Amino acid sequence: MAMKKEWLFEEEHEMFRDSLRRWVAEELAPFADEWEEQGEFPMELYRRAGELGFFGGAMPETYGGVGGDFRYHTVFSEELAHSRSGGVSAGLGLHGFVALPAVAAFGNDEQKRRFLEPGIRGEKIGALAVTEPDTGSDVGGIRTKAVRDGDEYVINGSKMFITNGARADFYIVACKTDLERGYKGVSQILVEKGTPGFSVSRKLDKLGWRASDTAELAFDDVRVPVGNLLGEENRGFYQIMHGFQTERLVMAVGSVAAAQRCFDITMKYAKERKAFGRPIGTFQVNRHKFADMLTWIEAARRLTYHTIWLFINGLDCAKEIAMCKVYACETAVKVADMCIQIHGGYGYMMEYEVQRIWRDQRIQPIGGGTSEVQKEIIGRLLGL
Amino acid sequence: MNIIVLLKQVPDTETQIKIAPDGKSIVTDDIKWIMNPYDEFGVEEALRIKEKFGGEVTVVGLGPKRVTESIRTALAMGADKGILITDDALEGSDSLAVAKAITAAVKDLDYDLIFTGQRGIDDDMGVVGASVAELLGIPNISLGIKVEISEDQKTVTVNRPVEGQTLVIESSLPALITAQKGLNEPRYASLPGIMKAKRKPLEEKSLADLGLDASEFGTEARKVKILELTPPPERAAGKIIEGETPQEKAAELARLLHEEAKVL
Repeated sequence: MAMKKEWLFEEEHEMFRDSLRRWVAEELAPFADEWEEQGEFPMELYRRAGELGFFGGAMPETYGGVGGDFRYHTVFSEELAHSRSGGVSAGLGLHGFVALPAVAAFGNDEQKRRFLEPGIRGEKIGALAVTEPDTGSDVGGIRTKAVRDGDEYVINGSKMFITNGARADFYIVACKTDLERGYKGVSQILVEKGTPGFSVSRKLDKLGWRASDTAELAFDDVRVPVGNLLGEENRGFYQIMHGFQTERLVMAVGSVAAAQRCFDITMKYAKERKAFGRPIGTFQVNRHKFADMLTWIEAARRLTYHTIWLFINGLDCAKEIAMCKVYACETAVKVADMCIQIHGGYGYMMEYEVQRIWRDQRIQPIGGGTSEVQKEIIGRLLGL
Repeated sequence: MNIIVLLKQVPDTETQIKIAPDGKSIVTDDIKWIMNPYDEFGVEEALRIKEKFGGEVTVVGLGPKRVTESIRTALAMGADKGILITDDALEGSDSLAVAKAITAAVKDLDYDLIFTGQRGIDDDMGVVGASVAELLGIPNISLGIKVEISEDQKTVTVNRPVEGQTLVIESSLPALITAQKGLNEPRYASLPGIMKAKRKPLEEKSLADLGLDASEFGTEARKVKILELTPPPERAAGKIIEGETPQEKAAELARLLHEEAKVL
């Protein structure tokens, strides 16, 4: 453990970090290029992470977690930035820190036994399906509908940009259960892979997150028992917003870590690469870039850690979370862009990691609620 | 089968080592401390034997309070309990003094086997393991790359590499084995393991607790004195061979190897 210890973390978080760091360095990073090339990573990674208990940090002990707090997710997200593949972080993170928490927060005991327990073990993989081809941030405007028919819901519609979309075992699908009531008519329903009428329309080709599986899903008269309703009927919007809190925090944390990694790689490059007889980092024009970048990264980290502290202490932090999401995610894109510039032509080459970080980070101000939506949240919370 | 593992805390292998102003020690301010990797092989091997035969694994560390972190890591991997020998008077002790303190802490424990790393990656002395075995009066088998306990749990067979060959050594128990790279691949501490480690017993012992005289320890009592530390020579910058064609470059390389490096 470093002497300059971060105030936010306890000894057990740091031990968790040490374990994760080794796992990432030995079992993920060396294969990242291969997985990026193939457009997916092995399913075995979920099971391995599950076996090591890595998904269980903030999960209840009854279902195989360790009952810790959000800081375990924080550490996971920070260390996964060193996997050299945003797609790997996204795939593992979406399952562990978006899908599973939704089941943990709103599932009943039977659903937790079915999905959460094997999910924590990495044996059943989850996905969250909210976005649709015509609806992104406007969750109330979704068109996928679930109509009650006896003891079943009949689901029709489609979902877009779903992480883990082609390979998940269960999907938490946002559906309209009351077409008249806008966002107050949204419910979350669990749909298992293999349910008749459910299909993966296509795997999507993306700018970044190449190793992550992102898909478009189709629901054609998909029948599921009413027992698959997650939480309460017509309360789905609030449940989704609840989940967004931690998802956005995890994203902010990941972006800070990715920006720091990009910065470190570029510092090393700027010390070694020479132009006009001296290392390029020593030119004032670049030195100032480094000064700016580190300041932004550090500011983003402090805002994020502060917000995590508010969050784990149960204090209101809706505004701060939105700020973290905007600032950290946009900082990472800005830093990665500047790092490519410092790398010159090499930065544009696929073999240099900075371009991958730029491509992987470019989704961050879009996914999980765009920067624009976050600013709206902040503005409204200010009473404007 | 009860097993003791002796561990040392050392600077992370990626640490940039800086020599302190006194010229005899290193700057420890920004160091990240880890369990000595060779000791980690010992922990892993002890856990595997425990998983096969049952029993208990006790981890013994020596040094300042921060060594607790490394002991906890071993507990998180699956060891059962820890002992930290810690005392201000130990600061600056040499290998033999360290071995004496460890011996005092383990001699009355119920053990069949002791593991420790073949050396610490910091000072590279490789003395503590053999010294403890000698002080306890038990066999010492160094540089183990394979360890097998007999079914009746009375003997141990250890493979030891010798100049590309393998020496197979059999010993009665109890015995002390020093671990070499290749013995195993240490496991990662799982998250549940980390949480359990917090509740496992970890005892602290001072020199007085062990019935030892503090004047036999520390810098003053060293039999081996450090006179000076010097950094390794800085690596010279590489040279890029200029030339239009591969042939020209090869010719230039051959010329440099011959005339400058004088290896041809």
